[in-house]
Amino acid sequence: MTSNLVKSYFRMDKLPHIWCPGCGHGIVTRAVIKAIDELELDKDKVCIVSGIGCSSRAPGYLDFNTLHTTHGRALAFATGIKHANPDLEVIVITGDGDCSAIGGNHLIHAARRNIGITAVAFNNNIYGMTGGQYSPTTPTGDKGTTAPYGNIDKGFDICKLAQAAGASYTARGTVYHAQLLTRLIKNGILNKGFSIIDAVSVCPTYYGRKNKKGDAVKMMEWLKDHAVNVAAAAKLPEEKLAGKFLIGELYHNPQPEYTEEYKKITESLRRG
Amino acid sequence: MAVKLKGPVIKEEWCKGCGICAAFCPKNVLKMEGNKVKAVDRDACNNCGLCELRCPDYAIYLEEGEKDDK
Ligand SMILES: Cc1ncc(C[n+]2csc(CCOP(=O)(O)OP(=O)(O)O)c2C)c(N)n1
Ligand code: SF4
Ligand code: SF4
Ligand code: SF4
Repeated sequence: MTSNLVKSYFRMDKLPHIWCPGCGHGIVTRAVIKAIDELELDKDKVCIVSGIGCSSRAPGYLDFNTLHTTHGRALAFATGIKHANPDLEVIVITGDGDCSAIGGNHLIHAARRNIGITAVAFNNNIYGMTGGQYSPTTPTGDKGTTAPYGNIDKGFDICKLAQAAGASYTARGTVYHAQLLTRLIKNGILNKGFSIIDAVSVCPTYYGRKNKKGDAVKMMEWLKDHAVNVAAAAKLPEEKLAGKFLIGELYHNPQPEYTEEYKKITESLRRG
Repeated sequence: MAVKLKGPVIKEEWCKGCGICAAFCPKNVLKMEGNKVKAVDRDACNNCGLCELRCPDYAIYLEEGEKDDK
């Protein structure tokens, strides 16, 4: 009694997973798998890499070549994997803490190189695994265990950060907009260089409770009411966009891919 | 006859009772009963698949085949 999709791509002996009731990470994981399925990628030619966090647990449930690395370092390991095996489709599953706090430097350099990796940031605006500390994507004023009176930092926009650093594809989806999210991940994989998909997830257990956002259903409703598709946003006056955030494909500008450029150098030296 | 989708199958052991599928089902097919979801109006299902897409626990999916009349 399980869908063919789940049977085909999950390690069935590892399910059910241990994420909390209503945790959005299961929805994002399914979107990644659905994208892989729709692209008909060869499972043996896919490598899924993660760091540490609730989000980073995902590859443990998935039946591919997988690597669960250290906190913040998924993109560094993935860079090595892609370099050694340019034919592999390398997909990184990371958290907002994993990729924009401790791993922020790896993120900007993977983007700068435009290496052919697709990163999916499971962005729940908090450190879930360690009990709700605020992260670089916790909105200003919101609470975490380390910001009991409200966070005074300004949040990172992961897509803008990656674009400025050199990523050739950036997009944002949410767990409410799961169909769109699948499409964005697919297009990210199809882009040859570095792609990042900011997958807005929900953590009802910590971010939700700390900020009185209600249960998973309420948090999904919030996403529905506050996300505006980038195409629609272009036609809206600025005041209508106050307090809203953009979803959809935010940037796509194909550029030379790192391992291909590297190969050109090694081949020219061999010939020389 | 074309292959149809039979409506939702619920794997109760995996359902964690988050209520997402029921809250966003456009046809009110699903209802929470305690900590589990039940299909209370299977005939109304339009096979949109939204419940499957958004279930964080892979506990609900659409089955292929003719819809049971029962
Ligand atoms: C080097 C190191 N520092 C800190 C930790 C503790 N730690 C584990 S997960 C985590 C944050 C996880 O947050 P995020 O990446 O946003 O993922 P989430 O759990 O929210 O999905 C931290 C700080 C660690 N495991 N290793
Ligand atoms: S703590 Fe938050 S992110 Fe971690 S499994 Fe629970 S709901 Fe998900
Ligand atoms: S979405 Fe899944 S886990 Fe949540 S109530 Fe429905 S079947 Fe159960
Ligand atoms: S397929 Fe659509 S209509 Fe049918 S139960 Fe699921 S959400 Fe409701």
